[in-house]
Amino acid sequence: MHGLHENFGIGESSVATVNDFPVITPQSLDEALDVLASVQNVRPLAGGTDLMVLLESGALRPCTFLNIQELPELKSPDGMTALTTYRDIRASHWKTRFPMLAAAAREVGALAIQSRGTWIGNVANASPAADGVPALMAYDAELEIARKGERRRVPLANFYRGYKQMDLRPDELITEIHLPSPSPGFVEYFRKVGARRFQAISKTLLAGRIRFAADSTIADIRLVFASVAPFTLRAFQTEALLRGRPLTQESIADAAKAIQDEIRPIDDIRSTEAYRRRVTANLLRDFLEGLIT
Amino acid sequence: MKAVGRSLHRIEGIPKVTGKSVYVADMQIEGCLYGRTIRSTVAHGLIRNIRFNPGIPWNEFVIVRPEDIPGKNGVTLIDTEQPFLASREIRHVGEPLLLIAHEDRALLDRAAHNIEIEVDELPGMFSMEEALQSGRVFKSYRVQNGEPSEALKGADVIVEETYRTGSQEHLYIEPQGMIAVASPGAGVSVWGSMQCPYYIRKALAPLFEMPPDKIRVVQMETGGGFGGKEEYPNMIAGHAALLSWKAGGRPVKLIYDRREDMLATTKRHPSRTHIKAGFTRDGKLIGLDIDILLDGGAYPTLSSVVLSRATLHAWGPYRCEHTRVQGNVVMTNSNPYGAFRGFGAPQAIFAIELHMTRAANILGLDPTEIRRRNFLRRGDRMPTGQVVKENIDLEQLMDRALERAGYAEKRRDPQRGRGLGVSVFFHGSGFTGSGEVRLASRVSLRLRKDNHVDVLVSNVEYGQGTNTILAQIVAETCQIPPEHVKVHQPDTLNVPDSGPTVASRTTMIVGKLVERAALQLRDRLNESRPEDVTVTVEYEPPNDVYWNDETYQGEAYAAYSWSCNVAEVQVDPVDYGARLTNFTSTVECGRVINPALAEGQIQGGIAQGIGFALYEDVVVENGAMKNNQYTNYIVPTAADTPNIDVEFIEFPYANPGPFFAKGIGEMPIDGPAPAIAAAVADALGGTVINEIPLLAERIMAAVVSDQT
Amino acid sequence: MAVAAGFMPACFGFEKCMNLSTQVSFLTNGMRHTITVPSMKRLLDVLREDLGLTGTKEGCGEGECGACTVLLDGLLVLACMVPICQVQNKSVKTIEGLSGDGSLHKVQQAFYENGGAQCGICTPGMIVSAAYYLQHPDEAEDIREALAGNQCRCTGYMKILESVKAAWPR
Repeated sequence: MHGLHENFGIGESSVATVNDFPVITPQSLDEALDVLASVQNVRPLAGGTDLMVLLESGALRPCTFLNIQELPELKSPDGMTALTTYRDIRASHWKTRFPMLAAAAREVGALAIQSRGTWIGNVANASPAADGVPALMAYDAELEIARKGERRRVPLANFYRGYKQMDLRPDELITEIHLPSPSPGFVEYFRKVGARRFQAISKTLLAGRIRFAADSTIADIRLVFASVAPFTLRAFQTEALLRGRPLTQESIADAAKAIQDEIRPIDDIRSTEAYRRRVTANLLRDFLEGLIT
Repeated sequence: MKAVGRSLHRIEGIPKVTGKSVYVADMQIEGCLYGRTIRSTVAHGLIRNIRFNPGIPWNEFVIVRPEDIPGKNGVTLIDTEQPFLASREIRHVGEPLLLIAHEDRALLDRAAHNIEIEVDELPGMFSMEEALQSGRVFKSYRVQNGEPSEALKGADVIVEETYRTGSQEHLYIEPQGMIAVASPGAGVSVWGSMQCPYYIRKALAPLFEMPPDKIRVVQMETGGGFGGKEEYPNMIAGHAALLSWKAGGRPVKLIYDRREDMLATTKRHPSRTHIKAGFTRDGKLIGLDIDILLDGGAYPTLSSVVLSRATLHAWGPYRCEHTRVQGNVVMTNSNPYGAFRGFGAPQAIFAIELHMTRAANILGLDPTEIRRRNFLRRGDRMPTGQVVKENIDLEQLMDRALERAGYAEKRRDPQRGRGLGVSVFFHGSGFTGSGEVRLASRVSLRLRKDNHVDVLVSNVEYGQGTNTILAQIVAETCQIPPEHVKVHQPDTLNVPDSGPTVASRTTMIVGKLVERAALQLRDRLNESRPEDVTVTVEYEPPNDVYWNDETYQGEAYAAYSWSCNVAEVQVDPVDYGARLTNFTSTVECGRVINPALAEGQIQGGIAQGIGFALYEDVVVENGAMKNNQYTNYIVPTAADTPNIDVEFIEFPYANPGPFFAKGIGEMPIDGPAPAIAAAVADALGGTVINEIPLLAERIMAAVVSDQT
Repeated sequence: MAVAAGFMPACFGFEKCMNLSTQVSFLTNGMRHTITVPSMKRLLDVLREDLGLTGTKEGCGEGECGACTVLLDGLLVLACMVPICQVQNKSVKTIEGLSGDGSLHKVQQAFYENGGAQCGICTPGMIVSAAYYLQHPDEAEDIREALAGNQCRCTGYMKILESVKAAWPR
């Protein structure tokens, strides 16, 4: 849904249409991984909320779609699998344990998108403006990645290497997201800045969590931003600057300055670098200043 | 039996809520071809060569080049300067160059990407100021009363400023589309999404060198227009028909996808307005000097009429004996701009209304007070010399809006980030004086043996309520149930030319014709008739309306509607976004024929005005819309629009409309932008931003520069 | 399930599973349909072209305007975003089947009586969304949020909200 402006390298003389995309619908996860291992140019297809838009625009290079919607191993009511949608999370126990996930899900498109769009699809689409990724990253999400004969886990915070570059091989499928139980005492903040209230691609976004020690210094903190870097940005350096310090006007001012060095916002069709810089700092301040006691 | 004044349900409401209405894309046609338009990707240049790449079975395609055009390669509007297909000189990005058709849409898509146009590029002009300086003027108008330069010398306070409005995309949710069947033997027939069937007929006749009676134009259910389907359909109908003609009469379906529609069709004229106003110390307006500049894009289309309306709405609802308005619309290499609800008035009214608020701030008066001291009253003259004959009471109109909006209480209780703004404005109903005479609209009513009546007009329904309003007028006049009155589908084969569905004229002008015809029928209801009786009436200008096209003096419009808007916004301190928290509008439009439909029109126009003010940004690059994707052109959703409170007030007056009803279609989009801009200024502690849309980025820049 | 003619599989052993075309069997408004179409054909196009159900509209093709909103296994979806290969054995409900018995659904009745439709192009999608929300009011904080994915350019939303409120179960 975000990536129409992103050209998948289709030359001007070529445009792919519906007839250029065969589909394989495996009946088991093993079969799916077999396909990924032996067939060239395969893309997993779950809810389709990103891929269908790209396909319709003609910008998608012809490929074979691996329709994973029927995989029994992924139909898990409790886990967060490759088929778990935003809607699945807005209801249920997830809301109590991981409130930011519900907050993020609410900001994705509108209801009809939320019933189809998947969290893992959001991760794999790797848009820097992804709405689901920041909250997952703030909860220290780990991706379970499968290929034929192998499983591995990657922290989401380490998953992105560059614009649309991730630690994912063409023969791999992200099957599940694991979220460690959150420690008690975290205060959370989620705010997406868009051109209108819903149905907007973010100009900037902060998913933040903070926990204080008994002496009121910052025991632990997560600051994750969207749309201000080539990928979802975990602001490790600004976090490090704050960890162990008390929350004061001074430490907040330092953090607001430090974040400017970590983010790399740009001018684009939706907004400006200047706006993103200033509003990102405002989000950080809005989060932290509200907590000074 | 009362019909006028009742909120009758929309006559075509059931098909609309059940999905049964047939829009052009819904029509399934056996054996039809699908059409595609090949467009320029450069803004200015000369075509050197067109290459068809190998790998496509071109012999299977229908291809239309400029030289295939049987008649005149020019789209009839006010002139015929714009070609259906550019043959040599390209003047804007997206200009149509070729047409192709095939029955396989996937192959059609591939083929469209395999045509290469070699162009010798020429420099393009995209700045309207530069275009004005270099003399590329499509049209100029000047209106003057008194001696403003002299009057300004005697002013205590001079307020001078420049205002800008960006373009605006209609974003009707149904994209443009036409189906055509055309051949020398059968003539030309088109079905499609449109506002003006007879405009299309007039445009197709010279294209095919055919007499108009061999051309048939049928309006399908149309999913929104707002002016975007006023003149552009001439072009797309011509294209569909040319393809069918080349294909030996096979039906051709030409439906734009959203991105093509946003790139290629017309949009609102961008504007720059400079105002110099002189006031006495206590806020009396004594001199007004206004310079309006509109960007017309690459071809004139309707620019002269847009400029006309902008010029005639530039001075606002105020009394001023020394006023000069100089209007210019210029040619650039932008995609041609065209009709959009309001038609020049939103641009002009944005400037004058925001200027009055700015002046109030400078003079230390409340923005409502400066208006109160300058409102037009009955007997006053507009700068055109038009005497205000209606019994208007603009103070009452404004006070009622202020009361409903809780303006005084909220002013006494300022809250951080909250702002209030006001605008008062008018909109002339119908074409300017001479325009309606030239249109010479005709309306027919057919009385059937069972005393049911068919209304035969070329005015279309596209959501504003034409079908229902006209039925109510006939029902009331003839004292028959509205269910016995049917407005016939506009089909040039069956209906006379009652003019275009534009300019807020359908109720007042066409409705009046319908009323006159109904009066003739009323007397015949009880007689026995062997056959149906058809009555036709033709437009007669009111006796007391005199307009001089040369001097631009006289009665510009036969009647005006009036309105006051109060906007309440909240500016967010974190993201600088302005959001509407409340909106109030009082409306004076004479008699309200159908209150529910009228209210719906006002609310919808206000929402588009809110978009114009805060959200809708046409990003122009090389003269073309760069953000031509639905996801990147921001219109307010249900979660962005506020509660919109509307009250109708009537200043009784015998205006020329049916039951003394005036027009309302466009007026609601005229006023929100300056009220919202004033509200944002209020929220920012008085910093007026002179340009819309008031994107958060713009507001931030104003806040930041305030702080430094 | 046949291989599309002329297609050269890049692997060995999966030829028979790689389908450009698919035979899909599904329910629409209670009626079963079985058709063979390109696997990635949009549900929107299948409804409009193959089944002749043109009540569901295309406004943008990008998943933004909501004009193509339908119900898929009871969930609100955009038909322009659903490939037909994922509709296998599922149940679709469109505006044409909303009431189930040919009479007006109470939301349709409410839109008709309260001016919820002007040009009508957004109306089918809007009504499907509104009907869904009335069944699942906990899925959004208010009506405005529930309908944020259905754009209307004509009404300014006021009479749409009134229509939905009028249809609210007492």
